[in-house]
Amino acid sequence: MTSLLTLEGLTKAYPGVVANDDVSFEIAPGEVHALLGENGAGKSTLVKMIYGLVKPDKGKMTLNGAVFEPAEPRAARAAGVAMVFQHFSLFDALSVAENIALGMENPPKMGDLAARIREVSETYGLPLDPDKVVGDLSAGERQRVEIIRCLLQDPRLLIMDEPTSVLTPQEVEILFKTLRQLSAEGTAILYISHKLEEIRSLCDGATVLRLGKVVGRCNPREKSASELAEMMVGSALTPPSRASTDFGEVVLEVSNLSIPSPNPFGTSLKDVSLTLRAGEILGIGGVAGNGQDELLAALSGEALAPRGAVTLHGNDISQMGPTPRRHIAVLAAPEERLGHAAAPDMSLIENAFLTGADREDLHKNGFVKWPAARAFAEKIIEGFDVRTPGPHNAARSLSGGNLQKFVIGREVLQRPEVLVVNQPTWGVDASAAAAIRQSIIDLAQNGTAVIVISQDLDELMEISDNFAALNEGRLSRPRPAQGLSIEEIGLMMGGAHDMEVAHVEA
Amino acid sequence: MLRLEKRPTPSKTWSYATPVLAVVLTMIAGGILFAMLGKDPFLAIKTIFWDPLFNEQFASYSRPQLLVKSGPLILIAIGLSLGFRAGIWNIGAEGQYIIGAICGAAVGLAFYPMDAWFIFPLMVIAGALGGLLWAMIPALLKTHFRTNEILVSLLLVYVAEQLLASMALGALRNPEGGGFPGSRNLKQYEAASNPELIANSGMHWGIVAAFIAVIATYILLNRHILGFQIRLTGESPRAARFAGVNPTALILICMGTSGALAGLAGLFEVSGPAGQISIDFNQGYGFTAIIVAFLGRLNPIGILLAGLLMGLTYIGGDLAQFMLGLPASAIQAFQGMLLFFLLGVDVLTNFRIRFGKVEAA
Repeated sequence: MTSLLTLEGLTKAYPGVVANDDVSFEIAPGEVHALLGENGAGKSTLVKMIYGLVKPDKGKMTLNGAVFEPAEPRAARAAGVAMVFQHFSLFDALSVAENIALGMENPPKMGDLAARIREVSETYGLPLDPDKVVGDLSAGERQRVEIIRCLLQDPRLLIMDEPTSVLTPQEVEILFKTLRQLSAEGTAILYISHKLEEIRSLCDGATVLRLGKVVGRCNPREKSASELAEMMVGSALTPPSRASTDFGEVVLEVSNLSIPSPNPFGTSLKDVSLTLRAGEILGIGGVAGNGQDELLAALSGEALAPRGAVTLHGNDISQMGPTPRRHIAVLAAPEERLGHAAAPDMSLIENAFLTGADREDLHKNGFVKWPAARAFAEKIIEGFDVRTPGPHNAARSLSGGNLQKFVIGREVLQRPEVLVVNQPTWGVDASAAAAIRQSIIDLAQNGTAVIVISQDLDELMEISDNFAALNEGRLSRPRPAQGLSIEEIGLMMGGAHDMEVAHVEA
Repeated sequence: MLRLEKRPTPSKTWSYATPVLAVVLTMIAGGILFAMLGKDPFLAIKTIFWDPLFNEQFASYSRPQLLVKSGPLILIAIGLSLGFRAGIWNIGAEGQYIIGAICGAAVGLAFYPMDAWFIFPLMVIAGALGGLLWAMIPALLKTHFRTNEILVSLLLVYVAEQLLASMALGALRNPEGGGFPGSRNLKQYEAASNPELIANSGMHWGIVAAFIAVIATYILLNRHILGFQIRLTGESPRAARFAGVNPTALILICMGTSGALAGLAGLFEVSGPAGQISIDFNQGYGFTAIIVAFLGRLNPIGILLAGLLMGLTYIGGDLAQFMLGLPASAIQAFQGMLLFFLLGVDVLTNFRIRFGKVEAA
């Protein structure tokens, strides 16, 4: 079989870091090829070179036997390379067809385009109404918009960057059917992920990257998930451990909490109820945008809840803002690190003060005790292995993983009685993620009641005692995490969100 | 090809160097402007920046004027800088300045011709309150109806100007003034006047207030939790909310403080250098203070220096009009350039310039 795309010795260096070092591999027509690696392994840089967003320093690419040097994404698209990004670039207020037309060089008339969208969506089992407004679509449906946008170009190579992070297990199955059909028709797929089971079920070949270098090639079907993980991380990982699961009394109770979203395309919380006992870790799963941010805001005090909806030890705290809630040891760490959990241009000292002011006794008569704030920042940096030249550095100068360790550490060190974290390990490398998970487990072991909101089901299964899922602002009834099957979890997350596989007639 | 690259942390060096660079660029561009008007650019620049302080003929008059002109600019700019730091844009300091002057003068004139020690302190309070209340109009409209404080505060300047004219012609007109517009001269009413404290220095209570404001604001921003909240809100409103900052209270505090300081500046001006409420009492200090605030990087010490520099261009500008016949509008354009260049070179603080091809990271 001749190869469709060949990479030879691709190298790309940025100041201070070699993102890709002598990377070579081949993809045959119709092959589903996995690009496997941790965050920061160089997967993104590599596909950006293929898609013409980044120019390699060294090395050669050939597509269909011809030299391939795309100067910009337009050139890559013209050569038959299409890409679905992890983060969608869609306008909420426009319809599906309008969004797709915006991404085209020469968009046809709206009527013709809508007909073509219907045609492609039916052929590939991706039902989608071209007239629907994107703001009303689920994450899975938005992804379909991006995929169909790509398919309209008849690509020979389709690059997919972490496509399943926004999907329920059932939606993943639908997506995989589509990808298999595309591959059967001869379209090659370059599939980027760190989810090993998916790669084992979908891909024909895999290239493993670590620190910018190719460290292994294999047929993922012949390897076990733990073998793949070892190739990816370079060493055996010790999964977080926890001893017993003895819960104390009920600490936090949320009953029939409904809050309308302040944002027109946000998700309103509808009738959310849960109880949380001391020492318990409640994992809350769900596809992004189903009310996670809103739930965190209601628990942190950024959004006030109706009276009686949130109680701590039976005392109503619904109407308390963030500062009084911190005072009674209800702490939170939001998902968005820069701009929500931390102020990007402020130093780590100031960011330590941001939530620690009260509980760490960092001010007196309204005056900030900067030396104490500095000591607190240093304690976080040391205790959570935050890599930074010093506490005077701005938050945005830290890498995502390091800032995340800082943000989690800042709350953990304040001895919370209730801790709510959203996406604690998003974009964090495996060893840092393991450290963060372990610190959450240790906290629960010492009697803190913890809520972990995450889109990473493996993470939730690893650390949660009980599991519940958010779906369109509703929270499912929490169930013990042990023994839950992936299908059950998927159904709690809303199943396929009313998306069905189109009936393929051909 | 030129391109900009975001710095990992804002450059300390450039944040100090950009105001100086902006001043230099303004001198160059201003020089070109003056040359195009047919004047000797070097002589014009020298007349504006050098002569008011060091020319034997003018300095004895001009030097005290430096404090007189800079005082209100600094006082107003300090107040504005608090709001600007938090992303709250009070553009109407000119109006608050006028209302402060009217309220303060009205209190003083109400006691005429009584002589008592408490009159001037009462006027000070009335001036601050007047400015504060005038600033509360855009602040409350913003917090309750989400109106844009930029527009409301700006338009209230024109309302205040009409009010000023009405006062000069009506309620506050000097009954012994022979029908001419304008109030009694407070300089001639000792209990209500704001005299020069040290002869030939230009120093009056307004300058003292400006220095106190500089020091207090420096402490507030660097040491106090309210200052931290102001900076945090400007940096990242969402993080501020997460930290527990009440945005409504912060808007009221920032608008109120800037209004009160502008009102104080107006009171000290009307009871001191200006002496009376007249139709053309306001000289644009409230607008120029916006330039001063930014030229000083919203930093109290920076504002102090920027206020002195801007005061100098005022005096030097007058001198250049008088000596070289430069039109007043050319001087205003010159002052405007300063802000323009400052905002332009400001990009260097957060970005560095690279030569080379564009490439996405």
